[in-house]
Amino acid sequence: MYKLLKQVAKTGIRTEAPPAADDALRAVAERLGAETLRLLGRALTIRQVDAGSCNGCELEIHALANPYYNLEGLGIKFVASPRHADMLLVTGPVAKNMEVALRRTWEAVPEPKLVVALGDCGCTGGIFGESYASCGKVANVIPVDVTVPGCPPSPYAIMQGILTAISTRQK
Amino acid sequence: MTFASLGLQIERLEGVAPAWRARVGAAAWRECAEQLAAKGARLAALWACDERDRAGGARVLALYASAEGLLCLDLAVSDPPWVFPDLSDLFPCAGRMQRAAHDLNGVRAVAHSGAAPDARPWLRHAGWPANRHPLARDFDAGAQFAPTGERYAFVPVEGEGVHEIPVGPVHAGIIEPGHFRFSVVGEHVLRLEERLGYTHKGIEKRFEALGLLGGAKLAGRVSGDSTVAYAWAYAMALEGMAGIAPPPRAAWLRALLLERERIANHLGDLGYLGNDGGLAFGLAQFSRLKEDVLRLNERLFGSRYLMDRVIPGGVACDVDAAGADLLHAQGTVLAEELRTMRRIYEDHSGLQDRFIACGRLAPELAARLGVVGLPARASGIAIDARIEPGLAPYDRLEPRIAMLKNGDVAARVDVRFEEAFESLRLVGHILAALREEPAGGTAVELRLPPAGAFGLGWVEGWRGEVFVALEAGPDGSVRRCHPHDPSWQNWPAIEHAIIGNIVPDFPLINKSFNLSYSGQDL
Repeated sequence: MYKLLKQVAKTGIRTEAPPAADDALRAVAERLGAETLRLLGRALTIRQVDAGSCNGCELEIHALANPYYNLEGLGIKFVASPRHADMLLVTGPVAKNMEVALRRTWEAVPEPKLVVALGDCGCTGGIFGESYASCGKVANVIPVDVTVPGCPPSPYAIMQGILTAISTRQK
Repeated sequence: MTFASLGLQIERLEGVAPAWRARVGAAAWRECAEQLAAKGARLAALWACDERDRAGGARVLALYASAEGLLCLDLAVSDPPWVFPDLSDLFPCAGRMQRAAHDLNGVRAVAHSGAAPDARPWLRHAGWPANRHPLARDFDAGAQFAPTGERYAFVPVEGEGVHEIPVGPVHAGIIEPGHFRFSVVGEHVLRLEERLGYTHKGIEKRFEALGLLGGAKLAGRVSGDSTVAYAWAYAMALEGMAGIAPPPRAAWLRALLLERERIANHLGDLGYLGNDGGLAFGLAQFSRLKEDVLRLNERLFGSRYLMDRVIPGGVACDVDAAGADLLHAQGTVLAEELRTMRRIYEDHSGLQDRFIACGRLAPELAARLGVVGLPARASGIAIDARIEPGLAPYDRLEPRIAMLKNGDVAARVDVRFEEAFESLRLVGHILAALREEPAGGTAVELRLPPAGAFGLGWVEGWRGEVFVALEAGPDGSVRRCHPHDPSWQNWPAIEHAIIGNIVPDFPLINKSFNLSYSGQDL
């Protein structure tokens, strides 16, 4: 126990400042009112869905939990069920084999809900494109509020996308 | 043994991998498999290729690996009903590969004798009709079919008090999608059946549209966490076909990137294994260390995960003296932190209680299943492509293998610690070699190989051995590319490792293997 506590003390607090929202990431005008967004923003719950990614984006979503980004410190956490979620964070081109699962997960999220599509594949279909096996971008299957490009997008960019989705447009 | 003793006419393939190819008939296909199995060779991969535009029919290719190198047996399947002799009785890992070959190419494995092989679809769910095969040359990559409901025939377990727990494809954590069907009594798992293929996105068909040069980028996205291993394997195959060799400096840089990829992934896994064992402190610490590695990658190489840094012909990055100093300094700090964390993990009785004897894969079973990579080394099987065949620059690095015999979660944790230390040691040697190697010249120009050229790439990624089999079409096109992930071999092992354990230990056991879905779903 002593070694563990010593390591904690030695490490200290590494958390860095979060990014500001970026209106350029919006795929559509805000669908939710300012008051709803304000409430969500205080305790946002996210259900992540890998709809067919190469797993690169998942690595960066995991990184959001590390002490540098400390997403939970902002009151944002990942939950195990879509029924507990305010937001879906979706990666990958949507594989045909995941189309139904993604749609059902989206339906299971209670209103009001938000969708952030992640990575070049989630935004456009990316290198995999549309094919017999791929529906392409996430917006081809469910409505998307914010898109975060990148292959994979950095944790900072993902945070920015999430924070943009729960912010109101800068006038 | 020597491949020559099989009595085949074998042809040495061009390239650095010690690899041979032989064309066989159905009888020799089976006889050779029996001899290779008896002599301890492993089935590394199996795939098919449509040949109706050339000789007619199709070919099925089986890639075997042994101490001698690789042997690719090439079987022509000419007559309808397009069948070939089953290998799954000799090599259990062949089962899913054969099912995938049927889904994609329409060739079917049939029993040599005894029980008929599993004929259920594997990568095909309901996305395309059973009588259409995406890797057929006349199959339009953009073809769209109305989805039909699929009822997959899971193996039922019956008896007093048995019930099923279906999990997935969308999982509770941030992981890739797949379905697990547990048959349990109370908390005890009697049987686990995996159903994968959810992330099938048509990668092999896509290679044909991108061409030999464009394919390099796609190879780096077969399984994002192993992008260096795949990009290197693809480059190795293509360079062999083109008859070019990357500059020596590029070989050192590739090994540097591959070891950095291994370190980053092992750090991430060690954190999650602590977390799944109830020690959130472990995740906080290891995820911090992993982030340090990724940030230095971004700073020195321009990519946190080193994507597209290995290119056909060489590498797209270099390290100067200042960069080498940073890498060296980080290695020193990481080694010290790893030693501290290892002591904390080993002293933590609660964590060790979860790790020890959990999800045990006995050495005999691991050998029978043909398990490869990290889980193989945790179950007493000495396979590591960095040592054998030990392709350049590993022939000059003499990596030490990390091997344990217990085959439990604790062993897979220990192998990760050992390999992380070893990778740090190797990085030190690589940096020293880079200092002596003249700067500049990190890539040579690629010549396009002629149509019909065939090459193999073989790289020990952090998860296990990654293969790329590549055949050129005319004018720089891809006739067939099969990237092969070690997860093909290792997924079935989890079905065995979980038996007799309790359901709440599944996440821990699964994480201790940490297999790729995308890499095997293709």
